[in-house]
Amino acid sequence: MDSLPPHMRPERSFQGFILALQRFWAEQGCVILQPYDMEMGAGTFHPATTLRALGPKPWKAAYVQPSRRPKDGRYGENPNRLQHYYQFQVIMKPSPPNLQDLYLQSLKAIGIDTALHDVRFVEDDWESPTLGAWGLGWECWCDGMEVSQFTYFQQVAGVECAPVAGELTYGLERLAMYVQGVDRVYDLNFNGRDGADKVTYGDVFLQAEQEYSRHNFEHADTAMLFEQFKMAEAACRKYLDAGWKGGKREEHLMALPAYDQCIKASHVFNLLDARGVISVTERQSYIMRVRELAKACGEAWVHTEAGSAA
Amino acid sequence: MPDLLLELFSEEIPARMQAKAAEDLRRMVTDRLVAEGLVYEGAKAFATPRRLTLTVHGIPARQSDLKQERKGPRVGGAEAAIQGFLKATGLASLDEAKIQRDPKGDFYIALTEKPGKPTVDVLAEILPIIIRTFPWPKQMRWGAASAKSSALTWVRPLHSIVATFGIETEEPEVVQFDLSGVSVGQTTYGHRFLAPDAIQVRRFDDYVAKLQVAKVVLDPERRKEIILADARQLTFAQGYELVEDPALLDEVSGLVEWPVVLMGSFDQEFLSIPDEVIRATIRANQKCFVVRDPKTGKLTNKFVITANIEASDGGTAIIAGNERVIRARLSDAKFFYETDLKTKLEARLPKFEQIVFHEKLGTQAARIARIEKLAAEIAPLVGADPAKTKRAAQLAKTDLLTEVVGEFPELQGLMGKYYALAQGEDAAVAAASEDHYKPQGPTDRVPGDLVSVAVALADKLDTLVGFWAIDEKPTGSKDPFALRRAALGVIRLIIENNLRLKLKSVALSHASTMTSYDEGKPADLLAFFADRLKGQLRDQGARHDLVDAVFALGGQDDLLMVVRRVEALGKFLDSDDGKNLLAGTKRANNILAIEEKKDKRKFDGAPDAALFKLDEEKALAKAIAEVGPEASAAVAKEDFASAMTAMAKLRPAVDAFFDKVKVNDDDAAVRENRLKLLNEIRAATRAVADFSKIQD
Repeated sequence: MDSLPPHMRPERSFQGFILALQRFWAEQGCVILQPYDMEMGAGTFHPATTLRALGPKPWKAAYVQPSRRPKDGRYGENPNRLQHYYQFQVIMKPSPPNLQDLYLQSLKAIGIDTALHDVRFVEDDWESPTLGAWGLGWECWCDGMEVSQFTYFQQVAGVECAPVAGELTYGLERLAMYVQGVDRVYDLNFNGRDGADKVTYGDVFLQAEQEYSRHNFEHADTAMLFEQFKMAEAACRKYLDAGWKGGKREEHLMALPAYDQCIKASHVFNLLDARGVISVTERQSYIMRVRELAKACGEAWVHTEAGSAA
Repeated sequence: MPDLLLELFSEEIPARMQAKAAEDLRRMVTDRLVAEGLVYEGAKAFATPRRLTLTVHGIPARQSDLKQERKGPRVGGAEAAIQGFLKATGLASLDEAKIQRDPKGDFYIALTEKPGKPTVDVLAEILPIIIRTFPWPKQMRWGAASAKSSALTWVRPLHSIVATFGIETEEPEVVQFDLSGVSVGQTTYGHRFLAPDAIQVRRFDDYVAKLQVAKVVLDPERRKEIILADARQLTFAQGYELVEDPALLDEVSGLVEWPVVLMGSFDQEFLSIPDEVIRATIRANQKCFVVRDPKTGKLTNKFVITANIEASDGGTAIIAGNERVIRARLSDAKFFYETDLKTKLEARLPKFEQIVFHEKLGTQAARIARIEKLAAEIAPLVGADPAKTKRAAQLAKTDLLTEVVGEFPELQGLMGKYYALAQGEDAAVAAASEDHYKPQGPTDRVPGDLVSVAVALADKLDTLVGFWAIDEKPTGSKDPFALRRAALGVIRLIIENNLRLKLKSVALSHASTMTSYDEGKPADLLAFFADRLKGQLRDQGARHDLVDAVFALGGQDDLLMVVRRVEALGKFLDSDDGKNLLAGTKRANNILAIEEKKDKRKFDGAPDAALFKLDEEKALAKAIAEVGPEASAAVAKEDFASAMTAMAKLRPAVDAFFDKVKVNDDDAAVRENRLKLLNEIRAATRAVADFSKIQD
């Protein structure tokens, strides 16, 4: 770590911070994936977590995932609320006995010294109604700030996890703000350089936050989105039906493309929700519909090569 | 005698579950020990975020031997029965059985002796069962073992167990058992950050001492004492005062093994936010205590953190970190508060049309309109200013749509008060926002301002009448809409403010505004009030049968008058006159009941004075003729004490009557007349209560 040039140090640069986390988890045997190429509300939606959490085969992965939360947009005016931000996601199946220690070591790797900072595991049971998933774990606090989510998955996509996977989610901007000592996310030093060479988080994302806030709250085409939801839902079902090999429910050959449509439906729903065109009662039924897709995909996945014991 | 030390060392146990888990562990282990015939001297359990610990001392080293005598088949009985007996008792042959003679014949008896087991073996059997069946509110599987459905479950991953058994002077024995590969022995660990190394322990005494050295305070009570004492001292030293918060103290003591109390501060500008909002923000999000200035009673810009480590820099970084988070949180709260202030409360009303209160009871807007109407009806009945009451009812719920209440639902009502005052509402109107929710329970404050009272009554009666109209009444322990609490609230509002309110007519008139209207329902609701009132009076030490005796008169829907009457009746029945009159009335009732049954008729109607033969009859008739109207007149004037005094005059005449007069005279006409006179006693006493409902 000491050999790092200053602009790559996690406390100096946002990208250095991400690279430090990747390096740490690579050392623990994780495959370092790149972000999934679809819009999603949380890193958990990535098939490398949702689907790979299922079935008996071991799996260790870590990746950055842009998370889209259309409702959280604030036109770039709030110092720490964003409609697009980064999560760093780690999944280890089965959960290793020292996962808490590994997590604490990872904090050290990004510059958080537990002799100096008060790190705490505070109860937080995780549940995703849209994914049909739940687990037990904690919010991890550093000096009173929630910096990560730590979950032992018990069920995902309606399927019991056997064995259980451990999942870590780091809120990257928040953590980086902490180690860089800035109060406004847009002030984060992105590339670790000084003077004219310095690029901030605001340089990269402020305009996007403003534009997408306008889009999410005011202009997103709701007629199109309603249609897209229906289409994604229908396509998901169609691919799931077509994927059963020989029409028998023994082996599935198309769980991943079907699951893409579930991700799509979920994001479209989030956009509609942000536009305020879904009533309280309808909201519940949309969530149920996405969950049904997720469960059907989970069921298909455990009949694929990667998702089954075979 | 030997002691047991048991420690279950795991990943962080949710703070809210720790106390009950410790108690469950103590109860389950000691219950099983007793069930196994092992009576112990004492037991105590403790919890920290990472461990549940139990010490049981003074357990016998082994179970006593158990002698059993078992009766078998008759001598010479069927072969199958004899074989069954041998098998069940474990005897090799009948030679090992005794023969016992009883009146029915000779029988085989098996005398077996079950030797007691060493306690350490009993523990090895019961501990894994207790751990596997431990009643956590939620539990989980983890690790490679969780691939199997039989995997051990615990609240969070269970890492190791200390289980030792032995006497003070010797090396203890490890209780050996297998629990899905979790290590069982004498090893535990210190504080996660300050002293993470393994520690070897023998028994409870050295265990506690070694943990203390390894920066773990085992006893949650001790941790609370430390936090409280340090927090008080820290704030006092700066001339401030800690705002104590027992629930928060419980929680933070369950988040640390080594409490270190620190003080931080925030920008003065945030003190423009109401104290309650600052406190809610700091408490809910940061689990920190707030601090007040004892001179003003207002919050200061300080807060108290309970950290879990002695930081290498003395806590500077921890304080700075917490200050940053609190600054961000308070900025949000301030922004919410200031945003709320920009919108007038009444401007929020149209939005309630989009919010469903209850599927069958319409929107929140409809509900608010009903409450407003009802409050306006109640206002003149209780003496509240009608215009202010109407305004207060209109605004009372509007803060539900404010940002601050959205963030902190526990501040509902209170924020409404602040916002109402800020927009220049009358103080009584503003106060009703907060106070119309009251009283929330038997110990909560009852508002005294009549505007608040009228809105509080309207809010609660609307809820009660509404849920009654759609048949969503409480059943057994189920009361999802807190209707019992609402009814009790109505009762306390009326009684403690000495209000006169005809509940039935108010409820009837309000029910007619509901869609599912039914005359019978308000009557049924009244019976519900009667039950709550009975409970309320019983809790205050009054006799519930007197409440029955008053309600049995019918038409009693003025709760204040019911209570006054019950009070007067209670006093009267404590006097000799009261006791004797009650006895006399009951006697009259009993005789009447028997004779009415015999003759299959009632004895109502006035007795005929011409048929009176004895002076005592005449005297009783005269007394009734005087007392009846006198008591009724007093009741009409709501002077129950005087009504009872009038009743007292009946007593000598009733006593004398039963002393000298034989009711069942041989002359049928005289008998009938005397029974009618008895009926008159009953009728006269009904001026104050139905004496037949009063228990002796």
